[in-house]
Amino acid sequence: MNDQILVDCRDVNVHFGAHHVLRHVNLTIRPGETVGLVGESGSGKTTLGRAILGIGPVSSGEIVFDGENIAGVPPRARKSQAAIQAVFQDPYSSLNPSMTIEDILTEPIIARRLASRADASRQVRKLLDQVALPSDAAERFAREFSGGQRQRIAIARALALSPRLIVCDEPVSALDLSTQSRVMDLFIEIQERTGVAYLFVSHDLAAVRHISHRVAVMRFGEIVEFGECDQVTARPAHDYTKRLLLAAPVADPARQAERRAAFRALEMTA
Amino acid sequence: MSDINTAQAPIPAATQRRHFVRSVLTNPTGLVASLALLVVVASAIFAPLLAPNDPSAVQIFKVNAVAGDGYLLGGDGSGRDIWSRLVHGGRNTFLGALITVVIAASIGVTAGLFAGFYGRKLDLVARWISDGIMALPALIVLLAFYQALGASIYLSMAVFGVMLSPGFFRLTRNLVNGVKHELYIDAARVSGLSDLRIITRHILLSVRAPVVIQTSIVAGIAIVVQSGLEFLGLGDPSTPTWGGMLQDAFSNIYVSPQAILWPGLAITATVASLVLLANAIRDRMQQGGVQVRAPKVLPLAASEPLPQAAPDVLLDVRDLVVAYPANDGWREVVKGVNLSLRRGEVLGLVGESGSGKSQTAFAILGLLSPGGRVLSGSILFDGIDLGKSSQHEVRALRGKRIAYVPQEPMANLDPAFRIGFQLVEPMMTVLGISRAEATRRALRLLARVKLPDPERVFRAYPHEISGGMAQRVLIAGAVACSPDLLIADEPTTALDVTVQAEVLDLLRDLQKEFDMAVMLVTHNFGVVADSCDRVAVMKDGRVVETNTVTELFAAPAHDYTRMLLDSVLEDGQTRTYRPPMTEEMRA
Repeated sequence: MNDQILVDCRDVNVHFGAHHVLRHVNLTIRPGETVGLVGESGSGKTTLGRAILGIGPVSSGEIVFDGENIAGVPPRARKSQAAIQAVFQDPYSSLNPSMTIEDILTEPIIARRLASRADASRQVRKLLDQVALPSDAAERFAREFSGGQRQRIAIARALALSPRLIVCDEPVSALDLSTQSRVMDLFIEIQERTGVAYLFVSHDLAAVRHISHRVAVMRFGEIVEFGECDQVTARPAHDYTKRLLLAAPVADPARQAERRAAFRALEMTA
Repeated sequence: MSDINTAQAPIPAATQRRHFVRSVLTNPTGLVASLALLVVVASAIFAPLLAPNDPSAVQIFKVNAVAGDGYLLGGDGSGRDIWSRLVHGGRNTFLGALITVVIAASIGVTAGLFAGFYGRKLDLVARWISDGIMALPALIVLLAFYQALGASIYLSMAVFGVMLSPGFFRLTRNLVNGVKHELYIDAARVSGLSDLRIITRHILLSVRAPVVIQTSIVAGIAIVVQSGLEFLGLGDPSTPTWGGMLQDAFSNIYVSPQAILWPGLAITATVASLVLLANAIRDRMQQGGVQVRAPKVLPLAASEPLPQAAPDVLLDVRDLVVAYPANDGWREVVKGVNLSLRRGEVLGLVGESGSGKSQTAFAILGLLSPGGRVLSGSILFDGIDLGKSSQHEVRALRGKRIAYVPQEPMANLDPAFRIGFQLVEPMMTVLGISRAEATRRALRLLARVKLPDPERVFRAYPHEISGGMAQRVLIAGAVACSPDLLIADEPTTALDVTVQAEVLDLLRDLQKEFDMAVMLVTHNFGVVADSCDRVAVMKDGRVVETNTVTELFAAPAHDYTRMLLDSVLEDGQTRTYRPPMTEEMRA
C-alpha cells in the first residue's frame, strides 16, 4: 500500500526560536485525495503547509514525496521541482500587481524552459478555460478582477505546471459566500479531472467537510485527530474536534439553538 | 475593489502603462517640467546645429559685449559667444549628471535588492558600508580625488555617484523589505523560480517607481554639485560648462551683470524641472490613478412631515441614500434602505461584500468615510432625526445611547495606551464621573465580559492580549454607558470559531441584561440564526427582504436570499476517495 501514498510526513517538528510550533506531526496524503487540515489561528496548520511547499523551515522529521525526503529542501532544489504547488488565502497579495495575467501564468513555464514563450501563451487560454475565466483576461492586470476571479487565476497558476499536490491555504476564507461555493466546486471538478491531490488548510469545518476525503484536526501544533472525513466531521472522537464542530453556527435557528446548548454544556465540562 | 465585474470591456495591457505616462503629462506641473527638460536636453544634443559660433572662438572686440551682432546673448569676459557656450555647456553637464545617476543607481539599487531580499549578514555588511559612505563629507572627498586623479570632471562625477549610492541603497532595501513577504513572492518560489529571477522580475517591478523619482532628484543634485565644482575652477578649462560660465560671469559682474543670468537660468530651470517632474510622478502614484472632483453638494431633500413611528420603535431608517463622490457625480452605495428596529430587538443586517450593509451602519453612527454623505432619507433614532442633527448632537448620542463594536478589535485599540485608560477616559467624558468611579466600573465591566483576570487586562497594552480578549474589551467599552442601541459590524469575523461562539454568547447575554436593541451586521447566516430576532437581507445597496429569523430560514421569499442560503455548505454526503487510475489522468 506504500506506493499509494503521495506525501508522507513523519514526525515533523518545527521550532521558531523557543516556540515549538509543530509537534511530532504525522500525516499522509494519497494521490488524488483531499486531506482537510482544520485548526484555529496559531494551531500550526499554515506552518505545516509551508513546510511541505518548501518555503518554511523544518527542525526535524521527514516529509517524503515520491521517495524523496523534501523536508527543509527549497522547491528549486527538489528532484520533483514543481510537483507541489500552492493556492494562498489572500487573492489580493498572491498576484503580482504589476504583471498581466498572461505574464503571471506563463512565468513558471518559461522560467523553467518547459515551453517557448509562444507555446506558453497558447497554454494560457487553456488554463483560463479550466478555471472558467474568459480568455481576454490574459491581457489584464490582477487589480481588475474580483476576489473570486483572482482566486481562479491563482488556481490556474498552480495548475500551469501540472502538479500532483496543491497546498490550498484557506483558499476561500476571503471570499463571499456565493463565490466561496463556486470556487469549492471548481476545486472538486479539477481534482476529478486531473487527479491532483489537495492539502486543504482551513479554519472552516463546513468547507473542509465539503471537499475532503480525510480530515486532520490541529491544535497547538499537534494533530489531535486524523481520520475519514465523515467520521471526524460528524462523529468526532476528540473533545476539541467536538468543540470546533459545535462552535460553528449553522444557518437554521432551531438546530443552532440545540448546538449552542450542546456547546455550552461541553464548555461546562471542559 | 472586489466588485469589479468581468463583463467590463477588456483593457489592453499597453494602455495601462501608457495611461500612467499620460496622466503624469496631463498634470500641469508634470507637463511643464517634461517640456522644459525636453527643450534643455534637445538643445544640448543638437548644440552644434544650434550654436552659430565655435564656443571657444574668441573675438576680442566682443569682450563683455551686449546681445546682438551675431552674439545672441552677448559675449563673455574673454569675448566668446554666451549662447553657443550655453548650449555646448549643457552637453558636459548632462553627461556628468548621467554618469553620477547611472553609477549611484546601479550600485545602490543592486545592493539594495540583494541586501533586502537575503537580509541577515549581507544586509548588515551592506548597511555598514552604506553608513560609512554617508558619513564621508562628499565635497571634501571630491576635492581630494580631483587633486589625486587630475582634471577630469567626469571622474569626479563618477566618484560623486558612489557617494550618492547609499540613498538608492536605503530606498531600495526598505521597499524590498516591504514586498518580499508578499504571497506572490512565495508563489514564485513554489513555482521553482530562481532567486535571481524573483529579484529581477517580481521585486524590481514593484520598486521601480520610487527609484525613478529618486533618480530624477539625484540628477538635479548632480547638476548643482557639478556646476559648483566647475565654479570653483575644477574641470577642464577648455570645455564650456555652466559652472565655468558662472565663474566667468561672476568675475565680470560689475562690467556685464546680465551675463550671470544665462548659466544661472539654465541650471535653475533644469534642476527645478527634474524636481517638479519627480513630484508629479509621486503625486500620480499616491493618487492611485483616480482623480475625483468633489461633486456639487445637494441639499438634503426638504423635510416632509415624518409619519410618527410606532411607540416601541427605537430606530427607523427610511429611504436612506448614502453616496460617495465619483468621477461623474455621486456613486450611491446605499440606494433607499428602509429598516426599523424595536427596543430590545436584535436585527441581523446580512449581505455580501459591497451590498452596502456596513455603509448603512456607518450612516446611522454618523461615521461615514471622508467624502461619504447621506443624500436623502431619514434616520430616526428615538424621535431624533440623525440625518438632520448637527455633528455635535450626533456625537452626544454616540457612545452614550448608540454604541459600536467594530470588526477588527485590534485596529480599534490604540497600541500606545493601556486598556484601562482607553476604557476610563471615555466613561469620564460621557458619563461625567470621577476617575476612581470610572476605574471601578471599568473593572466591573471587564469581569462582566468574562475576562479571566480583569486587573491584569486593565493594566495591559493591547499587544499583550489576544484578539478575542480585545473584542471583549471593546464590548465592555460599548456597554459601559448602557446604550439603547448597539451596532456591531461583523463583530466575530476576525475571531476563531470557538471564540466567536463565546463572544456571541456574551453579546446575547448582555443584550438581555441591558435590554439593548442590537443591529448585527454580518455576512454569516449561521451568526444570524444564532443571535437575531429579525433579519434584513441586503444586495447592491437595497434591502431585498426583511423577515423574522424563523420565517426567513424556513421560507426565503427573494431569489437572492434563496441563492445565498443554497450557497451555505451544508452537512451533505462526504466525498468518497478513489485513487486516480493512471498516469494520463494527470493533465
